[in-house]
Amino acid sequence: MKLHEFQAKDMMRRYGIRTPRGEVASTPDEAGEIAARLGCAVAVKAQVHVGGRGKAGGIAVAATPDETRRQASRILGMSIKGLTVTRVLVEEAVNATREYYAGMTVDRARRSIVVMASSEGGVDIEDVAARTPERIAKVWVSPRDGFEPWQARSLALSAGFERKALGQAGAMIANLFRLFIREDASLAEINPLMLADDGRVIAADAKITVDDNSLSRHPEYQALTGGDSDDPLEQEAYRRGLTYVKLDGNIGVIGNGAGLVMATLDAINAEGGRAADFLDIGGGARADVVKNALELILMDGRVRAILINVFGGITRCDEVASGLLAAAESVGVRVPIVVRLAGTRAEEGRELLRGTSVVAAEGMADAARHVVALAARGVS
Amino acid sequence: MGIFVGEHTRLVVQGITGREGRFHAGRMKEYGTNVVAGMTPGRGGTDVDGVPVYDTVLEAVKETGANTSCIFVPASAAADAASEALAAGIETVVCITEGIPTLDVMSVLDAAKAQALKGRIIGPNCPGLVTCGKALVGIMPGNIFTPGPVGLISRSGTLTYEVVNLLTSKGIGQSTCIGVGGDPIIGTNFVDCLAEFERDPETRVVVLIGEIGGQDEEDAAAFIKDNVSKPVVAFVSGRTAPPGKRMGHAGAIVSGSMGTAESKVRAFREAGVPVADSIADIADLVAKALGR
Repeated sequence: MKLHEFQAKDMMRRYGIRTPRGEVASTPDEAGEIAARLGCAVAVKAQVHVGGRGKAGGIAVAATPDETRRQASRILGMSIKGLTVTRVLVEEAVNATREYYAGMTVDRARRSIVVMASSEGGVDIEDVAARTPERIAKVWVSPRDGFEPWQARSLALSAGFERKALGQAGAMIANLFRLFIREDASLAEINPLMLADDGRVIAADAKITVDDNSLSRHPEYQALTGGDSDDPLEQEAYRRGLTYVKLDGNIGVIGNGAGLVMATLDAINAEGGRAADFLDIGGGARADVVKNALELILMDGRVRAILINVFGGITRCDEVASGLLAAAESVGVRVPIVVRLAGTRAEEGRELLRGTSVVAAEGMADAARHVVALAARGVS
Repeated sequence: MGIFVGEHTRLVVQGITGREGRFHAGRMKEYGTNVVAGMTPGRGGTDVDGVPVYDTVLEAVKETGANTSCIFVPASAAADAASEALAAGIETVVCITEGIPTLDVMSVLDAAKAQALKGRIIGPNCPGLVTCGKALVGIMPGNIFTPGPVGLISRSGTLTYEVVNLLTSKGIGQSTCIGVGGDPIIGTNFVDCLAEFERDPETRVVVLIGEIGGQDEEDAAAFIKDNVSKPVVAFVSGRTAPPGKRMGHAGAIVSGSMGTAESKVRAFREAGVPVADSIADIADLVAKALGR
């Protein structure tokens, strides 16, 4: 789960990491009031989960509360990469003399945490990594070990941080590591990590992703975001407890198991169609989960046809079929549905669907071909 | 033969008194797996459908000679259960549980390394493995497998069933089929399995089913180039997945230019591994590799 910048900064402050003073606003007037309280020039920053906010005009500097109000009213409601801005962070503007990078994430290949620092901050760090990997200093640390300020200072030194920034930056990185472990983060990043003209070292931007698998031991995360998506359908799916990703096509897809669903999307693509979503009902789903999933997909106005692809192991195909019938009864089905059932109780499942308008398909490729043809026909 | 499990397997089921543990212990026995013990703290001295239950894995090992474990305990206790099994000297720990925090898995693997423990973890968040006709450890549906020459490794459970079903329907049997799990950090990866399949006399062709995210497929391709003499056929799912979105599996996410399907497909092709464009193509490529 990705946190918004203001949430990430709140979390960092709790671990003793210095960030610019600031608050979040959802109206221009609120933004103006915050600027007046801060009593200095401010940065107004759109809070959406996409990169490139600055380039899209989602970040502005304002000298006065009035200007803050104007900038906030311009940014609030704007659309960045399809997402509407509903909140802005208004914070003290900081003058940087140098911009660095500090961050840590899970290194899958090494099965370890990688802590990174670079003197090339303020830009897309993935570009730096691709172009000039030698500009990023790295050290691998086990979650069972600590990461002390002296270790962080030596990392910062090898990354080319200026001497006067070393002490503060070292403490900051060590604190960030403490946060990473205690908060079950999978990514924690400060970019830019600023050396300000007054000598302070400040986390000017903050990015934190927490491990979804840790939500049970961090109940506070639930309240924090209610799902990290800005998309209404993805939010609805989150409320319904479904594993759902919205895509840009017009064929609704439901399947069991992430790998199988991904392969189903690929099969649809190979037949010249485009999937509207990724929806995995998981292992052992009962009829009510299938009903829930189908109802969700039917909320998507773009959907012209639906493909249900299930290979039952723990999942029973007759449960899938009865869920489908229950959904058809509760909300009505306005589009054609292709169903491919294999594995546990597939015969029983197919029997339940006999005599209905559902199109039964034999294999995956067959199912994909059918659904793409039906969607193209634009039946509604 | 097959890899990791087989006739030599003596299985302890951790969490056997739970709903899933009991159900799948029964299914594994039905398949022919030698289930020698169950383990649930506080339930020692009882039995589950004739299988004796112990309070600790160490007791189960001492009393029954268990050498393999299968974990069906909830996510909050699963990392601890895996640690216990490794410390008790279990050789192969198969962890079915999904939703274990990544840092916990990392800590268990790390501790095992620090203590120089010999056992391996398969998973977590995996469907387990089957050495056809000999032993099934996990939750895979036993009826779709047929003994034969193909070794199969996959990050996905249902996709494994799909491919096995296809191979079986074309008369192509399998040696061992193994789901390594869909999480970012797993105990046994493609390279580990490839090394074992290379040594296994019964495996003549390996099918590798990868997906977007991470670089396990790229690492596997590099390993195949230098170390694998047997033909390998690959498939990569998630070719149409958008970057930055987590596609169900915690590990299936493309970040930046890392972990894309294209980079994986390219790595395999450069290593001389044919990559199937669709599930259906896998069977043809395997048949060709077998010289049929």
